[in-house]
Amino acid sequence: MSEPITLSRRLFLKSSAVAGGGFALAATFPMAARATAVSGPADLNAFITVHPDNSITIVGKNPEIGQGIKTMLPMLIAEELDADWDNVTIEQADTDAAKYGPQLAGGSFATPMNWIPMRQAGAAARAMLIAAAAQRWGVPASSLATEPGRVVEKTGSRSATFGELAADAAMMEVPEADSLTLKDQADFRIIGRAIGGVDSPRIVRGEPIFGVDTQLDGMVYAAFERSPVFGAKLVSADLDAAKAQTGVIDAFTIAGNPEVELVDGIAVIADNWWLANKARRALSPQWDNGEWASHSTAGYAQAAKDAWAAGRSDEVFAAKGDVDAAFAEADQVLEAEYSYPFLAHVAMEPMNCTALMHGDGTMEMWAPSQTPQGGQQAVASYLGLEPSQVTVHITRMGGGFGRRLNNDYMVQVAAIAKEMPGTPVQLIWSREDDVRSDFYRPAGWHKLRAAVNAEGKLTGWADHFVTFDLGDGAYNPAAMPAEEFPAKYVDNLKFEQTKLKSAVPMGALRAPTSNALAFVMQSFLDEVAHATGKDLPTLMLELTDGVEAEPMTQGFVGPQPGFSAPRLQDVTRKVMEMSNWGQPAPEGHAKGFGFYYSHMGYFAEVVEASLDERNNPVVHNVWAAGDVGSQIINPFGAMNQVEGSIIDGIGQAIQLAVEIEGGAAKQSNFHNYPLPRMPMTPQIHVEWVLSDNAPTGLGEPALPPVIPALTNALFALTGKRVRSLPIDKAIFA
Amino acid sequence: MAYSVTINGETREIDAPGEMPLLWALRNELGMVGTKFGCGIGMCGACTVHVEGQATRSCSMTLAAVDGKQVSTVEALGETPVGQALQQAWLEDDVMQCGYCQAGQLMNATALLNTNPNPSDEEIDAAMQGNICRCACYKRIHSAIARVARDEETANV
Repeated sequence: MSEPITLSRRLFLKSSAVAGGGFALAATFPMAARATAVSGPADLNAFITVHPDNSITIVGKNPEIGQGIKTMLPMLIAEELDADWDNVTIEQADTDAAKYGPQLAGGSFATPMNWIPMRQAGAAARAMLIAAAAQRWGVPASSLATEPGRVVEKTGSRSATFGELAADAAMMEVPEADSLTLKDQADFRIIGRAIGGVDSPRIVRGEPIFGVDTQLDGMVYAAFERSPVFGAKLVSADLDAAKAQTGVIDAFTIAGNPEVELVDGIAVIADNWWLANKARRALSPQWDNGEWASHSTAGYAQAAKDAWAAGRSDEVFAAKGDVDAAFAEADQVLEAEYSYPFLAHVAMEPMNCTALMHGDGTMEMWAPSQTPQGGQQAVASYLGLEPSQVTVHITRMGGGFGRRLNNDYMVQVAAIAKEMPGTPVQLIWSREDDVRSDFYRPAGWHKLRAAVNAEGKLTGWADHFVTFDLGDGAYNPAAMPAEEFPAKYVDNLKFEQTKLKSAVPMGALRAPTSNALAFVMQSFLDEVAHATGKDLPTLMLELTDGVEAEPMTQGFVGPQPGFSAPRLQDVTRKVMEMSNWGQPAPEGHAKGFGFYYSHMGYFAEVVEASLDERNNPVVHNVWAAGDVGSQIINPFGAMNQVEGSIIDGIGQAIQLAVEIEGGAAKQSNFHNYPLPRMPMTPQIHVEWVLSDNAPTGLGEPALPPVIPALTNALFALTGKRVRSLPIDKAIFA
Repeated sequence: MAYSVTINGETREIDAPGEMPLLWALRNELGMVGTKFGCGIGMCGACTVHVEGQATRSCSMTLAAVDGKQVSTVEALGETPVGQALQQAWLEDDVMQCGYCQAGQLMNATALLNTNPNPSDEEIDAAMQGNICRCACYKRIHSAIARVARDEETANV
């Protein structure tokens, strides 16, 4: 069987690769488009339209999944434009790589990718408004300044609103991005303000705004039947029986195409989704489940144990020093096996997409996708069209968490809509479809060893990681970095791995790889700390003592600061102070620490936890210190991301797992995939450590450290070490 | 056969099978998409509406069972003082992230404050625990409800 995921990964990267530098403003904002608007609203560039009444429309280019980007990116533009935020309306962009550059929601990339370019877009328009006023008044541009929504003379009485100047400004020369002077941080009027989500007023009124709210004239609904066993082939189905069901318009088979993540199955079309979904029961499909039907989580875990027992790995992927000697000479050798399960994403809005195949063979889609440009390319490739022949409207999404990086449901509805040209089709997955047809967070197994010398120093560190072979796509959510902490700070190191074959689709879940590795590494380091009579934050400070920040490096989004031990130290000290780390927790409670660096963000967190009378973990307080650079752009959105990440991580630690049995996911809905609920919410205390670095994203980095902080707290409380997730409360009995 | 349901004060005739969940009658028969599909088994609360004033999971309530009854949905939430106050608090506190579950959260919270205008923290937790927020905006949902309850109490003194 071919690898199920590769094309999407390639597309994901292709659409992200252009991210690096800024963009050429003049190329992005063609003069012809602007010149047409001399008397009505004036487009100053692809992102900014100024209306004669001085109201301003700003385009939000990226997909909104709840991370607040539709509010935050326009704040950057409005700041440098010097707009009056109360007069700004935000419009969601359609998918258009040529016009907007990369449009994606993933990797916490949007902040570092757009911090400068979006501000340049605002500053360019501001410069054009000033140039228009200078020309009108016959004064040098340098004699003019802006106040929110207007150009004013620095010394003098003349002023004009942006609306009054817009038509002239649209005819001004577009400045070079490099020629623009951006505001000093001290002069920000919008950046740094707590601003509510721009779509929120519509949401509290129940207005249609999400992908699944799309309604088109003559639209029909599709449900899709597939085998719960991954990699299965369709043999037969009783299409006539399904067609005979109430409300059913049609039923037909879809042939899988692994290149575009399309699986074999049957589409059932009705004029009401519930009727379409219900008619699936009449299909009696026969599947060839093939070799994969015997696969299970338990089987993978056994394979890991076998690999460890045989000392058999596929490759050593990091090594330095003499690890064997370090262990031979060690005063103490610690050894432990850690594991974590597959996880599902379960965004609240189930996977869905709406598509209309037009009479001329072009496709129009309303897509809740985190990578709409990737989806556009995948659909075009599947249909044999050019990407420009696939119009993709970006809808708001009821959550993403990485699930919507994969566009399988976009291709699926395109395959359906292709069969019914002229009729809009809305494909909706049931929650069961969603949980059982995910691209799961990969499970993983680690056999760790640590050598400690007589002085209590960590001298050797080794891991035999058992993971999955996901092919050689550029992005691998089942990989472990060679520099995984504390690799750089230990003299003798060996990381080796064994890769298992599987047909289980795997993908990125919020803070991919980090959400699992933080638990493993920070827990085992906590074991080392205890074995040497210190605590974990002290060990972290010792390991990185005197280490300077690494130089700038070429990262996924362009030049980025290298890992900084001082930033690690700063957030660690900060959270120790916030949580009164040295002081004992209240009677029956205990505190635990966790640090993790991911997505360019540094987070140190302390959890205070207890066990209830049934040995269920209860989290009372979480303290988090985060360093994501020099500026929190929108404190509302930022705090929301951190609080959500922390509760998300606690839920993963305590109660979430997808188990594979018989080649399929055993879990199916919220009764057996129990997301956190309100009573689980702890007190959450967050402080920012501002540093002299460009701001970076917050969708992910606050999540990973909370998991080991919790399990380390439970060790401090009970003396029992959690080495497998989710936490098995039986170990506390 | 057609069922007659009064929705947000307007009587609607719905010609659909009686076992169809109210959710799908609202969304696909009437085009009222404010009420959200989350799980289909009454476990997440995204589809919460009021039936005769009671918070009800519309994914698990059949059309036949609401025949002749009064249903209100998020689209009419702003027409009640409590609903309006909650909507306002939701915006002022920037309660939501993705927002998909919030129609259900708001409908459930409105039902809570209608029956218990001054709930304790534990009562808020207990009343709201049937509503999942995948983004985990629980802290803000809780505090927004508590604030509206407090403000209403102050207003009534």
